[in-house]
Amino acid sequence: MSSDKSTIDTSKPGGGTPAEEVPPATVAAIDPRLLVREQGFKGYITEFQRKLKGGELGSLPVIVGLIIIWTIFQVKDSLFLSSSNMVNISFFLSGTGMIAAGLVFVLLLGEIDLSVASVSGLSSALFAIFATTHGINPWLAALMTLAIGAGIGAVHGFFFAKIGVPAFVVTLAGNLGWNGLMLWLLGSTGSLSIADTGPLHILGQRSFFMNQSIAGAYVLATVGVAALLLGSLVDQTRRRRANVPYRPTSEIVLRTVALAVVAYVAAFVLNKSSGVPNALVIFLVALVICDFVLRRTTFGRKVFAVGGSIEAARRAGISVAAVRISVFAIAGFFSSLGGLFLAAQTYTATLQAGQGNLLMLAIAAAVIGGTSLFGGRGNVWSALLGMLVIQSIQTGLDLLNMNQSIQYMITGAVLLAAVVIDSVARRTQKASGRA
Amino acid sequence: MSATPVLALRGVSKRFGAVQALTDVELEVHAGEVVALVGDNGAGKSTLVKTIAGVHPVDDGVIEWEGKAVSIVRPQDAQHLGVATVYQDLALCDNLDVVGNLFLGRELLRFGSLDEVSMEKRSRELLNTLSIRIPSVRIPIASLSGGQRQVVAIARALIGEPKVVILDEPTAALGVEQTAQVLDLVERLRERGLGVILISHNMADVMAVADTVHVLRLGKNNGSFAVKETTNEQIIAAITGASDNAVTRRQARNAEAAK
Repeated sequence: MSSDKSTIDTSKPGGGTPAEEVPPATVAAIDPRLLVREQGFKGYITEFQRKLKGGELGSLPVIVGLIIIWTIFQVKDSLFLSSSNMVNISFFLSGTGMIAAGLVFVLLLGEIDLSVASVSGLSSALFAIFATTHGINPWLAALMTLAIGAGIGAVHGFFFAKIGVPAFVVTLAGNLGWNGLMLWLLGSTGSLSIADTGPLHILGQRSFFMNQSIAGAYVLATVGVAALLLGSLVDQTRRRRANVPYRPTSEIVLRTVALAVVAYVAAFVLNKSSGVPNALVIFLVALVICDFVLRRTTFGRKVFAVGGSIEAARRAGISVAAVRISVFAIAGFFSSLGGLFLAAQTYTATLQAGQGNLLMLAIAAAVIGGTSLFGGRGNVWSALLGMLVIQSIQTGLDLLNMNQSIQYMITGAVLLAAVVIDSVARRTQKASGRA
Repeated sequence: MSATPVLALRGVSKRFGAVQALTDVELEVHAGEVVALVGDNGAGKSTLVKTIAGVHPVDDGVIEWEGKAVSIVRPQDAQHLGVATVYQDLALCDNLDVVGNLFLGRELLRFGSLDEVSMEKRSRELLNTLSIRIPSVRIPIASLSGGQRQVVAIARALIGEPKVVILDEPTAALGVEQTAQVLDLVERLRERGLGVILISHNMADVMAVADTVHVLRLGKNNGSFAVKETTNEQIIAAITGASDNAVTRRQARNAEAAK
């Protein structure tokens, strides 16, 4: 036991000096082996390279993929990058994109919701029954539909979080059940037409931001760019005052310029025919709100925490069940909203709504956009990026008069490629100690 | 040391199915006292800690907080009372950065949204006062080494200004220097007037910082020692039950008979 005694002495540095007298650590005491990000623009570049090598690809694969896809289709058919086709893509991506945005929340938990397509189909039927059959005010009908969608999601969440049924099974049952309910509701009539008024007019093909005014698209682009610039500068000032590391001005300028180029080019192209569809505007606004919720609120932090480690979240006092139920309610809400978008594309509630490959497309969009299937990593912008890819493929193949069978195969291959990139990136992250 | 313990367990029992994990366990922690909880594997140390932290509610017995009986059935209950726990398996979110983990569950808000700047500032201050070296407070936990994770986990416990801190094997995975840092940290907590419950298998650590040593054996109290008046051997005997066997019982009987 004498060895134990000697260990005591060595393990007590300063030989009984009270801890108060231990000098406080200087800020300069930095381990020389640590990778410290260099200040300024050069540091930004090296940090970016290091992230790439470490498997943190972010949105890079999807942007590269998008450029490849657009180049191929443009070479095959010069109409592909035309203004009217771009308006088409931007209009048709919004509905499925909305559903994908809700799915991003579920994927961040590391779960899956297989019922989103059925819920969206049911919602279009419900809206048609409320507004057309019963003559309820279309705005009220839309609100009721969205509330029911959120309620359905909450039911899924309840079975998953409280009863402990795997989310995959609950939502698979929901997929079948809600589709059946839709068929039963529409059974007597087959399909219901919806009047081109109220919310469905705004979501429809004939509704553009600021009534097709040339200014509309540029107003949107300016608002977006100004918001990013202002937000970054305010953040930089606060950080500088608080004496914590802040983004160098060069990086802020670079980001702002990049967004400005994309936004103004998009505005210019869309303006050449009819401007920005309102459906896309609503989709973008929803994404901004979702992004804020996920990155800047306690709820968003809880979603990431549960997706990262359930046990850690529970011990931090987070009610895991509440987070799960609300996330599934959000997915239900956005499925329902997406259903209204899709119904507005044809102004009808059909028996086919929510069937076919809608579910796969929504999941594919979220994953292609860079949200991990393994939970805890991703953002809602992946819904937009992923849908850009998918809608581009669909529209491009339509332009080339390709059969639907080809569309399915190519979309399937793109989804597989996205998941492979996700898995490989995750393995690289593990290898370089970042996952 | 105040008369009323900050935290007291009176006759606490906990059962998991056929296993009686804790039987009538008593424990007292005063402000400014480091209580070491020792015992062999399976003695019930971790279970005891989890009952205090609200992970497993107790089946029987009373938990007293500053002299009043309280019910701790959820981790939130313990947190609200002022019990902070650092678990052996750390329980950090790999995908969140250091700041996100430090403030998880008690984020600072500004106009209803997360106040990242203040959180980052406080994180840096806290880590600096604890002499904790990590590459950046904005790095995901996944990128940190085991020792770095341990100190982040301990720092995390201190964010909420707790009154009692529970450390479950805080030095088990650490090197020589980090162990010394953690022990320093424990002494600093005591000077701040916090009650500390320290679980450890390392007798050297226990003897170095603890005021009182409570021994658990097979889910029961098996002695409580003031460190200054105790030797290592006595504690180890209590842990292993070496003093409780046929030989000692016979000696005790013989001694009684001799009277």
